[in-house]
Amino acid sequence: MRIRAVLLALAALAALAPAAGAAKGPTLAEIEEEVMCPVCGTLLQLAEAPQAQRQKAFIARMIEEGRSEEEIKDALVAEYGDEVLATPEGSGFNLSAYLVPIVAFLVAAVALAIGVMRWRRAGGGPGDRGGPASRGGGPSGEDADRLEADLARYDL
Amino acid sequence: MSVRSSIAVLGVVAFVGLLVFGLVSKGSSGLAVGDAAPDGPLPRLEGGGTESLADYRGRWVLVNFWASWCLPCREEAPALERFQRRHGGPEFTVLGIATRDLSSDGQAFVREYGLTYPQLRDGDGDVGDDFGTTGVPENFLVDPSGKVRLLFRGPISEEYLREEVAPLLPMAKS
Repeated sequence: MRIRAVLLALAALAALAPAAGAAKGPTLAEIEEEVMCPVCGTLLQLAEAPQAQRQKAFIARMIEEGRSEEEIKDALVAEYGDEVLATPEGSGFNLSAYLVPIVAFLVAAVALAIGVMRWRRAGGGPGDRGGPASRGGGPSGEDADRLEADLARYDL
Repeated sequence: MSVRSSIAVLGVVAFVGLLVFGLVSKGSSGLAVGDAAPDGPLPRLEGGGTESLADYRGRWVLVNFWASWCLPCREEAPALERFQRRHGGPEFTVLGIATRDLSSDGQAFVREYGLTYPQLRDGDGDVGDDFGTTGVPENFLVDPSGKVRLLFRGPISEEYLREEVAPLLPMAKS
């Protein structure tokens, strides 16, 4: 009888285990990495100020209540405003935090490409000394002769 | 000057302007005596709804920035409450602003010290920044026209309230 009860309990635990794993909520350490201590201006995980301790206790309570990461962050924003989030939300004005670097990179790449194209069109490139002959697409006759002579001298 | 040069100069001027603006706004030293006090709306700490300093125009208001996690705020709270009980009325009130604090903690603080004066909540600290606060507690006496008449950084004492604040209030003069 006792063995049967133990087996039943084990079976019940085994059945519950995957569900518990699926419903695993965030940890305090995970949230601390993603939110700020508004008074200290640092990540919460680095903060030890009295306000930070209260904030950590608040998060721990919400984790105990089974709240999701999203719900906890929303509650923190309701208490401290958007600045409590270490990374801005990807919507509204905050979207610019993600878009501006991308746009700036694209603009810089295009400007660089245009600059290189103009420079090459103007006759720039390795070996260019800016002389009129060099802009003709090859060495002048005199330079070509000297080049031939030099190559012949070093020809092994 | 060619169009391209003009655009380049404008770009440089705009960039430098942004840098200067950033430095100036970061280095702002906040309010001084005689300045108009910021009067943006804030949620009430309890009971819902919003209020602003503009709602108190016509009264003297001692604006007290505090937080429940701040030990000096605990020191000054009883003195502020006694001052409110003695002078509070149609011509004067203390106005508490809980800053960068959890609302539940702030509400518990108000109950713990039996504070009867109105309380607002500045969760993100923006209004405190507008006042130029650098911490808590800080106190600003605002006159009926909305101008700052006194400012006191740090925990306010019974003596300061009696000797500096009370003499300015109309009921103390009569």
